[in-house]
Amino acid sequence: MPTTTINGHEVSVDDEGFMTVYDEWDDQIGTALATAIGVDMTDAHWQAIHFLRDDFKAQGVTPTIRRVSTVGGFDTKQLFTLFPKKPAKKMAYIAGLPKPAGCV
Amino acid sequence: MSTTQDMIVPSFGDEAETGRRLAIICSKGNLDMAYPGLILGNAALGEGVELHLFFTFWGFDMITKGRMENLKFSPVGNTAAHMPMALTPLPGVTKMATHMMQKSLDELEIPPVPEFLDLIKASGGHLWACRLSADMNHLAAEDLYDGIDGIINASDFIEKTEGAQLLFI
Repeated sequence: MPTTTINGHEVSVDDEGFMTVYDEWDDQIGTALATAIGVDMTDAHWQAIHFLRDDFKAQGVTPTIRRVSTVGGFDTKQLFTLFPKKPAKKMAYIAGLPKPAGCV
Repeated sequence: MSTTQDMIVPSFGDEAETGRRLAIICSKGNLDMAYPGLILGNAALGEGVELHLFFTFWGFDMITKGRMENLKFSPVGNTAAHMPMALTPLPGVTKMATHMMQKSLDELEIPPVPEFLDLIKASGGHLWACRLSADMNHLAAEDLYDGIDGIINASDFIEKTEGAQLLFI
């Protein structure tokens, strides 16, 4: 399992660069990850990212777009605007979580 | 063994304007055959792929207001249902099989058809109704799911999906 240095912290990542250790993440790292994929974080972005973090902690799996919408109360259209094209994967990456495994 | 290296950033394909498009023809109105198109279409949208769903023939039930919430699954003639074929046409079997499938879908948090269409629309998908199917069933736009982009004919569909990958379900 490779490690990589993000914001001066050494963190574990998978082969694609998704973080693999939940507790190695913090907001500063989240910002660095977002910058790396061209996402400029705003309050709306953070709300979604923190929902993903909390939901993963409770459920043990990364929520899908539908879950972020139905359980988190976020608007699907807005998620596609905040994290263009591949919102589920981009949110998971910034939140330091694995890619969502669910189909829907 | 672990290796430290420069920051690995996954590719989300943002730079590459692939222009990938997917068109799915939904031609079946059974509960079990409604979902493959919806699930694959939704997955495509989540991957940044432009999506067009075309509802035709029996698939029209998926977007007909009076029917979309009551699609059924019948084990008749379906050996994958794993029950004696002679029993499948008996009264009540379709109702029971539909109920069981619906329960499995609910447990996996798969949304009902109308809600699934909402999700696809919110994700930027395009929904097209087949003109001939509308005429055959004497249905107009107001009888159909509100998010339909239009009632179009076969030529229109071919035109709109130029260069798209195509699935017939």
